[in-house]
Amino acid sequence: MTLVWEVFRQERKGQPFAHAGSVTAPDLSFAELYAREQYGRRQESEALWIVPREGVHAVADFPDEFDLKYRRVDGYSIKARLKEARERAGTAVES
Amino acid sequence: MNEQAPRSRAELLLELADDDLILGWRNSEWTGIAPFLEEDVAFSSIAQNEIGHARALYELAARDLGTDADALAFDRRPEEYRTAPLVELRRLEWARTIARHFLYETADAIRIDALKSSDDPEVAGLAAKIDREEAYHRMHAELWVGRLLGSEDGRKRLHEAVEELWPYALGVLDDELRPELRRRVEAALGWTLPEAEPVPRGHHEAELAELWEEMTSVRRSAPAGARW
Repeated sequence: MTLVWEVFRQERKGQPFAHAGSVTAPDLSFAELYAREQYGRRQESEALWIVPREGVHAVADFPDEFDLKYRRVDGYSIKARLKEARERAGTAVES
Repeated sequence: MNEQAPRSRAELLLELADDDLILGWRNSEWTGIAPFLEEDVAFSSIAQNEIGHARALYELAARDLGTDADALAFDRRPEEYRTAPLVELRRLEWARTIARHFLYETADAIRIDALKSSDDPEVAGLAAKIDREEAYHRMHAELWVGRLLGSEDGRKRLHEAVEELWPYALGVLDDELRPELRRRVEAALGWTLPEAEPVPRGHHEAELAELWEEMTSVRRSAPAGARW
């Protein structure tokens, strides 16, 4: 039986792991071997995480029935308001 | 059979280099047609590693012989190669490929181990370097052997393949290292191997000439002194 394993890769120490791709393999040992070959043999990875696909809980539905865009920060310019606030407080920075 | 005759450092290095080059070439015949994609990538990578080891060994031998690695790899006649017949065989069938891979890696580990304690620091150093990469080849071979042993059909196929290749596997090593090969292979497989007359170095399988034609065709097509 062949299983799918998701592989996450850390490029440099301290960096977050990012999804690199997946490998199919019958068990964890083969998955490790194939992940090493595909994502590690050119010294391109500091470390790998190998996770059975069943271990990944996918979430992809984010309903927005009431148009919640007012909760987003984009489109809202803070620059002018910040300037006004600073002037009121007498802490405006000289530019 | 004079395979036990004392040989120079260059002759010894050529045995290892030729084995690695020809096996690397044979294993690369699976590129594009291995049983599945991940295995294709892995087995091709192993094949490339073997050829990389061959290059390092040829470079060291070339210094002793006053030539270069390319000349040693490609400019000799097929009958001048010092390969063990095991690596020359063309067996494009997966169980045989895995059996040969496993037998070769096991034999290679034994001779590399012996070379790691060589008095010659260059040989010992190169052997240690090769061994670090070979660890992954052995892991690959052992995983596959375990997989094949896990099913009745796989076990049967592996058994047939090992029986066929066993005399060839013995031929990879010098006399004194053969009992260790038997011990390791029997321990891994869990059955007793037959008594067999080793197929030694010094004669070549017909398939080698065929492989040589293809392997050297590009180099032979170019005028001498061509630069790549």
